[in-house]
Amino acid sequence: MRLLVSDLTHRYDDLTVLDGIDLTLAEGEILAVIGPSGCGKSTLLGIAGGIVAPTSGSIRVEGEVPDGCLNPITFIFQDFALLPWRTVEDNIALVLEHHKLSAAERRERVDSGLRRMGLSEFRNALPKQLSGGMRQRVGIARALAVRPAMLLLDEPLSALDAQTRELLMDDFLELWRREKTTALYVTHNLDEALRLADRVCVLSRRPGRIRELVTIEVPRERRQEPSAQAHLAEVRGRLWHLMKAEAQMADREIARA
Amino acid sequence: MTKSALPVTVMTLLLLAAWYVGAAWLNWPQAAETLARAGKPTAFADVLAQAYAMKRPILPTPGQVVVELWNSLTGYAPTSPRNLLFHTWVTTEAALTGLAMGLVLGILLAAGIVYTRTLEASLLPWVIASQTIPILAIAPMIVVILGNIGLTGLLPKAVICMYLCFFPITVGMVKGLRSADPLWLDLMRTYSAGGMRAFWSLRLPASMPFLFASLKVSVAISVVGAIVGELPTGGQAGLGARLLSGSYYGQTVQIWAALIMASLLSVALIAVVRGLELVLLGRAGAR
Repeated sequence: MRLLVSDLTHRYDDLTVLDGIDLTLAEGEILAVIGPSGCGKSTLLGIAGGIVAPTSGSIRVEGEVPDGCLNPITFIFQDFALLPWRTVEDNIALVLEHHKLSAAERRERVDSGLRRMGLSEFRNALPKQLSGGMRQRVGIARALAVRPAMLLLDEPLSALDAQTRELLMDDFLELWRREKTTALYVTHNLDEALRLADRVCVLSRRPGRIRELVTIEVPRERRQEPSAQAHLAEVRGRLWHLMKAEAQMADREIARA
Repeated sequence: MTKSALPVTVMTLLLLAAWYVGAAWLNWPQAAETLARAGKPTAFADVLAQAYAMKRPILPTPGQVVVELWNSLTGYAPTSPRNLLFHTWVTTEAALTGLAMGLVLGILLAAGIVYTRTLEASLLPWVIASQTIPILAIAPMIVVILGNIGLTGLLPKAVICMYLCFFPITVGMVKGLRSADPLWLDLMRTYSAGGMRAFWSLRLPASMPFLFASLKVSVAISVVGAIVGELPTGGQAGLGARLLSGSYYGQTVQIWAALIMASLLSVALIAVVRGLELVLLGRAGAR
């Protein structure tokens, strides 16, 4: 599925958070969006997901959805959004309950989500009994259960420690190796962007405008190889340079206000 | 449990001791007078024995109340109006019917208040105002009005219970239905689940701990409501009727037996609610 954003502007009352965003996500592309806090990253995601109506501009999706897709554009949340009174499998089943499915198909979708995220033995556990990483795996399994055409990820690893983040990044790589699901990946972590994304969009401080779109030339699967390191270091340097300037100015503006 | 056994026992013994002292003190003048009139000795021990053995004491002893309870519960068939269980059942029936009605009304009001801003502004003041009217003042009105349209017996009492019960349930459920995390509501929206689904899957389960807290209050005041409802009906049956006839004939022992029975009933009903809470919400803990 493709995403086409053109001249998108969003205001909360007098506060402009996004200003003239033009963006195209190709089929199967993973685009990371980075920028200082408050730059409208999450708002952009909310608009793409249809939970925030933009002030002006247009946002379109095109293309085919995979077989059995129940919810083409699907969110993965930073704080997991699991219901504490439901077990792991019931949390996954939650998003299937309002769809007309046979009991067998419901079960199959839940089981395959559990299996893919390595959660089968925890199916009857409650979220509070799981580590943060496991909780996010439940969130991902829940998203997979609806067979999404596009994933919107709102800082999905920000609530996790460094090691867990590494493990979950591997999970995402595996996910995207098997299915070419288009994804918009909001983060403020350069490592995540460099590991996972095809392109990186740097947003300016508020009002958020696109500072630059950087393409990472090395394919995802080869980024651990020594020959890729020179290019990645160069991209990282460029991204950091852009981020640093924006973040510093954003900080000064907050201090002044 | 075992840790609290000692303090509870000590406290119970202290209360019983205070009760016996109080009974002696309050019944003393009457007991002394009875003995003097009959020309019997009025030494300390004699008066004390008499104070603890009067037929219509100001304050009966715990022993007298227990004997009265025992005689009433074992001396007659449970269906006999001389057995307190018969009256307890009459009161329980009204209290539980009223509780059920209050539960439905309370949840409907709470859902209305949570989902409609107009209702919050227009309804909530009336809900609160309804609880400022003393139930003793409004109970006879309810009995008279409902009696006038042909509704007698259980129903007027249940309506009085409902009048008391719905309030804690409404207040608890408004808070409970709003306790669903906004993130969960976002989740439902991004998975394109409708408002009804969000109510049944999110808001209602999230409100359950609040509902059970409210229910424990409601179930106790429902018993009070049923007893109050039995007073203006002229005391045909029920614990309220026992209280009323006891006070007509100065049968203080009977009154105290009914009081003890009423509090045992409340405790039993609260225990049932607690049991339900453990069964329904047990594994998910606080939720």
